[in-house]
Amino acid sequence: MTPRTMYRKIWDAHVVHEAAGEPSLIYIDRHLVHEGTSPQAFAGLQEAGRKVRRPDLAFAVMDHSVPTKNRHLPILDEDAMGQFSALERNCRESGITLFDMFSHNQGIVHVIGPELGITQPGQTIVCGDSHTSTHGAFGTLAFGIGTSEVEHVLATQCLSQYASKTMHIVVNGKRARGVSAKDIILAIIGKIGIAGGTSRVVEYSGEAIRALSMDGRMTVCNMSIEGGARAGMIAPDDTTFAYMEGRPYVPRGKAFQEAVERWKALATDPGAEFDATVTLEASKISPQVTWGTNPGMVTGVTERVPDPGSFREADDQKAAARALEYMGLKAGTPVVDIPVDRVFIGSCTNSRLNDLRAAARVVAGKHVSKNLKEALVVPGSMSIKANAEAEGLDKIFRDAGFEWRDAGCSMCIAMNPDVLPPGERAASTSNRNFEGRQGKDSRTHLVSPIMAAAAAIAGHFVDIREWNVDATE
Amino acid sequence: MKPFSTHTGLVLPLDRINVDTDQMVPKQFLKLRTKQGFGRVLFYDWRYLPGEKPNPDFILNQPRYRGASVLLARANFGCGSSREHAPWAVADYGFRVLIAPSYADIFYNNCFKNGILPVTLPEEKIDGLFKRAEEEVGYSLMADLPNQTVSDAHGRTLPFEIDKFRKHVLLEGLDDIGLTLKHETAITAYEQARHPSATMYEPVDAKYSPKQQ
Repeated sequence: MTPRTMYRKIWDAHVVHEAAGEPSLIYIDRHLVHEGTSPQAFAGLQEAGRKVRRPDLAFAVMDHSVPTKNRHLPILDEDAMGQFSALERNCRESGITLFDMFSHNQGIVHVIGPELGITQPGQTIVCGDSHTSTHGAFGTLAFGIGTSEVEHVLATQCLSQYASKTMHIVVNGKRARGVSAKDIILAIIGKIGIAGGTSRVVEYSGEAIRALSMDGRMTVCNMSIEGGARAGMIAPDDTTFAYMEGRPYVPRGKAFQEAVERWKALATDPGAEFDATVTLEASKISPQVTWGTNPGMVTGVTERVPDPGSFREADDQKAAARALEYMGLKAGTPVVDIPVDRVFIGSCTNSRLNDLRAAARVVAGKHVSKNLKEALVVPGSMSIKANAEAEGLDKIFRDAGFEWRDAGCSMCIAMNPDVLPPGERAASTSNRNFEGRQGKDSRTHLVSPIMAAAAAIAGHFVDIREWNVDATE
Repeated sequence: MKPFSTHTGLVLPLDRINVDTDQMVPKQFLKLRTKQGFGRVLFYDWRYLPGEKPNPDFILNQPRYRGASVLLARANFGCGSSREHAPWAVADYGFRVLIAPSYADIFYNNCFKNGILPVTLPEEKIDGLFKRAEEEVGYSLMADLPNQTVSDAHGRTLPFEIDKFRKHVLLEGLDDIGLTLKHETAITAYEQARHPSATMYEPVDAKYSPKQQ
């Protein structure tokens, strides 16, 4: 048999119907739903007189617009309230399990899927959210879809798709102390560009990827979309199986052992071909900081803000000049001289327990800079929040001058009251530094949790490697 | 869905690479629960000054481009968020045709669900169109989907490639879900084969069972 990539194996196992000259019909194993992109899909179903085909394979959660404090108070944002009520009603009427904002399982959709064991190797998973690529860390084919396709999956449990091209990204060697999973993925995006993965599914491999915890692997796969990729995935291994075992929706006992055997067979066969391969050396990756208005505008912390004239293409020169103007930065400024106004530790990229532990080690016994206006820690789920509190991380953060919040997307997308004010600059562990992303005219620098934590203490970016703290997540 | 066959309209050249969907529809409008009315907020932060005063520097507000229905764009158009609010806004504003050298995957896919034709042309052809659209006031293009061409009043015609199936769906304005439901038997057969991935395990730990308030 022809050697197959992991992507191909998962694809082949999910083909419901195929015919020459048209897209294949692919079965969807898990459908994750949130309040932001689903109301119009449910409304569409209702208009057409259609029903949700498999409510048992869908899970819904409130995350995008939820407040991260004082949840017991009435929500004054009527539009947000409308979304919550619509989701609650739609789930009740269709029989979909909902984790509402008072559930102890509530959290960011891409955090709770894996955490509850809803996400499992070999599955196809979709969600009306581009960061669905996160789940690929478990060896699943997971990707974001638009609202029309949300409706399509609700009605049919299938999607009409063409197979994607593949890309192999190999990260060899060991990363230096102080270099995080976030730095690996930012360095990858810096190398391939934000459209480098367009129409491809990426598989990450290599020693540096294998060495990552599941939390770190999720960070890498999460930002696949920021490199333009349809999905990102990592072959499941003992790290994956150890993470899975005992989670609520994962089979137990003999059934678990059988599942592990199936999951082991998912890895790409030796000799399978990818449409493209990119290789990086982990030892050469330094802590990364974005300077511009997309995640590909990134550099090492010891570097300087680039001169737009240094780019080869005229379009890139224009984009860089515009980005510097928006960001209020001068070419040639050392990255470590950039001051920050606010720090945000959270989002589906970096809000998991290992992220919080690493950041806590950086801030323990220290205090945020007096120049800082706000420092937020927003755990990815209420369960992570509870676990972190059991370890005393909340106290470490609070003592250091951080606010300790309830779970949600928060300042990553700023649909709730956590907004970065105009002209202010944030060190943020989120995934997008687009214009206005965290608030109109706000300025975002994407960094790892330990880099964000250090920036909060210093009031500007620092090379975390010089702090000599064990901050590996 | 609204079928698409041919469309002629005024060209608006948006000369920026990597236009992301956050720019097309900023987050504060993602809380609306309809598909209508997003045209007013298209490119909101670029388009309006405080108090929703039109920003005269932004191309959408320039009188010569009023009524444009063909959006000429640069590479990687529609990158970032999967929000379908972006194509809803593009269509609601009145754009029926997009022309760019490349698109981000999710956005590209979303266009077909909303009766928008996203034409892909090589960079050098796009450069030529930008030049014409900027030099000639009232420069219009006709997109002809059956013949897969874009042409102007001066007799310039550019052929473009498009997937045959997507072309068919757009021409007929077909309902995707309806098409899939024709394969109902195959879907049921797949589920009945009890493929392990199509099975939902019951949550075994009562502590984790969802709590409703």
